[in-house]
Formats: sequence, C-alpha cells, structure tokens
Amino acid sequence: MSDDTKSLETLDVWVAGTEEPQFSPTDEGAQEIGEDESEARLDEQFGRVVDDDYVFDDGTDDDQRMILNMGPQHPSTHGVLRLQIELEGEIIRRTKPIIGYLHTGMEKTAEQLTFSQGGTNVTRMDYLAPFHNELAHALAVERLLEIEVPPRAAAIRILLTELNRCSSHLVALATNGMDIGAISMMIYGFREREQILAFFEKTTGLRMNHNFIRPGGVAADLAPGWKDDVADILEELPKRLKQYDDLLEHNPIWLSRTQGVGVISAEEAVAYGITGPPLRAAGIDWDLRKTFPYSGIEQYEFDVPVRENGDVYDRYRIRVDEIHQSLRIVEQVMDSMPKGDYRVDDRKVTPPPRARIDESMEALIHHFKLFTEGFKVPAGETYVAVESPRGELGCYLVSDGQARPYRMHTRAPSFANLQALPIAMADSLMADTVATIASMDPVMGDVDR
Amino acid sequence: MSDENGVVDEIVVEPVVPLPENEVLSGLIGKFDNVTWELSRGQDVVRVPNAHWSDFASAAKASGFEVCVDITAVDWLRQRPERFEVVANLLSMQHRLRLRMITTAPRDDPTVASLVPIWPGVNFAEREAYDMFGIIFEGHPDLTRILMPDEWEGHPLRKDFGVGSVPVQFKENHQVS
Repeated sequence: MSDDTKSLETLDVWVAGTEEPQFSPTDEGAQEIGEDESEARLDEQFGRVVDDDYVFDDGTDDDQRMILNMGPQHPSTHGVLRLQIELEGEIIRRTKPIIGYLHTGMEKTAEQLTFSQGGTNVTRMDYLAPFHNELAHALAVERLLEIEVPPRAAAIRILLTELNRCSSHLVALATNGMDIGAISMMIYGFREREQILAFFEKTTGLRMNHNFIRPGGVAADLAPGWKDDVADILEELPKRLKQYDDLLEHNPIWLSRTQGVGVISAEEAVAYGITGPPLRAAGIDWDLRKTFPYSGIEQYEFDVPVRENGDVYDRYRIRVDEIHQSLRIVEQVMDSMPKGDYRVDDRKVTPPPRARIDESMEALIHHFKLFTEGFKVPAGETYVAVESPRGELGCYLVSDGQARPYRMHTRAPSFANLQALPIAMADSLMADTVATIASMDPVMGDVDR
Repeated sequence: MSDENGVVDEIVVEPVVPLPENEVLSGLIGKFDNVTWELSRGQDVVRVPNAHWSDFASAAKASGFEVCVDITAVDWLRQRPERFEVVANLLSMQHRLRLRMITTAPRDDPTVASLVPIWPGVNFAEREAYDMFGIIFEGHPDLTRILMPDEWEGHPLRKDFGVGSVPVQFKENHQVS
C-alpha cells in the first residue's frame, strides 16, 4: 500500500484519494473559479456584462437581449475581426467592431526604414492588394522628390495594379460565396486567382509582398514572354466569370441571401467616408482612377460600374463588373506597352546598372551607398491616394530632409469601411452577418497595420 | 502715390494674403482671417489655428467638402514650438478637390476639437490618433484606444516612445468568464 502511494507521488499525477498537488500560478491570470458569487460577479463571468462603453436600453426585457461575441478567431470574419453584437431574439440591434488584434506598428517601423526599404513594409499591409500599397507609397515618395517615372514604368505599374485588382476581387467573390454557402465559388475564385499570382511570381519573384513598385520606377523589366501569359489570363478569365454568373445569377438561394441585405445608402456612405465598391454600389459614381488619375491611367478607356441598391448583391456585382473593366485596361496596356527604360534616369534614386558595377569603382560605391544609407528626400509633406480594390488607399508622407520618412501614415480603406458594418447590420438578421462582412471585404492587415 | 515732381511721398504696402485660384477654396479661406493657405508639392494646404479647427471644418463642409477621408497626427518633438500637428484630409466629390487642413497642439495639452459631429466617418481615425499620439479630441463620443490594448501605457507613435527593447505588456486584469 505504502509503496503504491509513493510511486504515484513521484509520477506527479493527481489520483483520487491522494493529496491534491499544488499548481503554480501562470502568467495567464488566476485560472480558477472565484469564490465570490454575487450577482454582479456572476453577470461578469457569464458574459452578460460587456466591459466596454455599451449602454443598454431600458425598454426591453433583459431576458430577450443577448450580447454575442463573434471572433476574433472566427472563420468568416476574414482574419481577426471581433464583433460584439447585441441581439434581440434573432435580430441584431447594435454592433461594435473591435480591432487591433493584428496591429504590428507598421507606421512606427516605417520611420526606421529608408525610403527605398519602405516598399517592403507597406506591401505587407493589404496583403491581397500589395501592388496598390507599393504604388501609393512610391507615388508619395516621387511627389516629394518631384520626379516623373518613364512611360514604360507607369504602364507596368498599371498592368500590375489592375491585374492585382482582379485577383483581389476574385478572393472577395470566393470568400463571399463560401460565407453564404456556395462552397464551389470558393474553389473557383482561388483557382483563377492562382493564374494571376503565377504571372506575378514570374514577374516579381514572389506571389505576394512583392516590393516590385519602388520609388523611381519598378524593380525589373517584365519577364520575356509576358505577353503570352497576360493574353492567357485575358482569354481565360472572362470565360470563368461567365461560369460564375451561370452558377450564381439564377441561384435562388444566392439571390435571396444577398438582395436587400446589408444595405448602405448613399448618404451614409458619404458621411462615413466609405470608398470603393461599397460606395459605388450605393449609387455614387466615384472612382479615383477617373477623378484623380494616377500613373497615366487616364489614357486607357474603361467604365466605372455603378449600381443603386447598396446591398450585398450590388457589391458583389460591382466586383464582377470591375474585373471585366480591369481586364479591358490590361488589354490596352498590353497592346500599347511603351518601349524604354523601366526606371527613372536619376542617379540619386536609381542604382547603377549591374554591368557598370563590375567595371566602375564609382558605380560600386554609389550602389553601396544607395542601399545602405538610402537617398535623401527634400523636406515636405504630401498625401497621395490610389484606388485600391477596397477603396481610397492614401499615403501621407512627411520628410524632414533625411533618408528616412519622418512620418508615414496609411489611410487604409478597410479601416474606414469597417465603420459601415454597424450601419449595414442594424436591424438585420443574425444569419446575414457573415454575408455583410464578406461583402465589405475587409482585410485585417489593412485595418490594423 | 507720387506728386507732380515725381517724388514718392508714401508707399502703401498692402498686406498680401495669398489665396488659391480655385473659387471654392478662395471663397472658403477668404472667410477666415487667421487661416493661411499654401501649396505643398502642388496640393492645397491650410493651416488653421487650434481654436478655429471646428469652425473651419464646418465652413469647409458647407462649401462642398462632403468627405473627411482621414485624420492623423505628426509629432515634432523638440523641432517645433508646438509639438503636435493634427492633419485632416478633406475631399470634395462635387468639386473634385482635395484640401488638407493642419492645426497644432501644444505638448502639455494636446487637445483639438473633434470633427465627429461634422463628419461621423472620422470616428475611427480620431480614435487611432488618440491611441497613437495621445491627442485628445474634445467632443468625441467614444475616445478609447482602438489598435493597442486598453491597458497599454504610452502612445507608440510619439517620437519619445522607443522602438525595440520594450517589455511585452500582458493584460493584467485578465478575467475568466
């Protein structure tokens, strides 16, 4: 008997009848049920009290009202979005988005990186549309430097950003379909996106986070045979989009789950600073590519799709139509790609060509200085915005004359669009929540930065 | 102002107040005496005194700037007499115009009037500026931290908030619920 007990003690497991071992407290806080069973403490522990600025209406009985905490780890919140939803039965009364779970201090990091390194930082913000982040950053630096990139660089930028818009919208369609239950849409959307990402990989070396659009131009010229790849995409994607329409347009479940759901009116969209597809779905013809054109996009013909209802269905249609329009732009860029240099001919910004480094000491020193110290940018401040797949993506850049930005701020479209969620979801059904979130297409890397 | 002999007896120097060419902007800025306008890399910037921040924003909205796309701040620690700059980017869809309004806030009392009553969409942006710089937006309905944890001490984007070597702060009042 005594031997048995001893062997159990050395194993350090608790067995009924033996003495309870002492657990050491962890950093996670007290992992035990408190002894205080007062009403207030129980409310707190059962999650009936939300530790925020939530104010209860006194009108309704407490039994009918419930706070539902959705996320931050929920498959249909597109990352780490957390929503506190106040329910009355099946109906959502109030919603509060809680963000910050993916905050990594990228704006602080940007102050430690040179202007040429900044692209590696900003490209990780909106990871579904990295080229747009790079473009906004590069355009802001170029505006402070007061340089113009050559036409070929501008055309390559448009080619890549418009293809990126297609791939980003394909993910939006795919996840929107999956959230509502059209699982095949999920597989189709990602399959077509793969073709575009393969082209990006061939061009930039990476599928995402390219750091390809840099201040002064682009990192490299397009790969040989790029026209064939783009032509393949241009041939394949419209066929696939037709398939999506066949799949969804006459599907009664899809239509009834999207039409009239998550409505944002035009007035609300303007008041809350919402941009991108949600704004155009609400009936406002506003696209920065038309109103404040950048990188020579005004020379290409395209239409801005606008719809009226501002519901989930309209936002989905806008995205499909925008893919068609982006493909139109891509086709024109492909046919009219200018010849010439793909970087600006300014030795302060552009490193010397590889061949020169082998034969010239000065070129080697210059190359070294440029990649260790970076180039200095005249003091000043500027704000440059581009139309990302999610809306107005702005870069506010302040320089104090050094090689690093004094302050870099990104106006993230997902961040502003997220404020529309409480409006779109108020007085709607709980089951429509995921449809509304997916139709706003928030990218949490963009929201939290 | 010369007499018959060609002798200039008096030179009247009119104070030159530069105004933008655009009628919407010049009409808006002309209403305020103490607001200065400048071009920064081809973009219209107005510098607004802290006390008139809200008034100017209301006037801007009345003259067609429907959207305030962004509010942020810049910390000019030990470089400028007024430590903080608060920057708001306005957008007029009807006139296709952008305008940036900048005001300053002192180090010991970084307070600016909130623009949420004028543009509800700046709610998150002002919360972010409060979180990152500690700018107090007076009249904001819910001025709490948005990106950092609620228990975080300090404001990370201030220049005297160091990078690296910052001990990780865990939530202290962790609750089991």
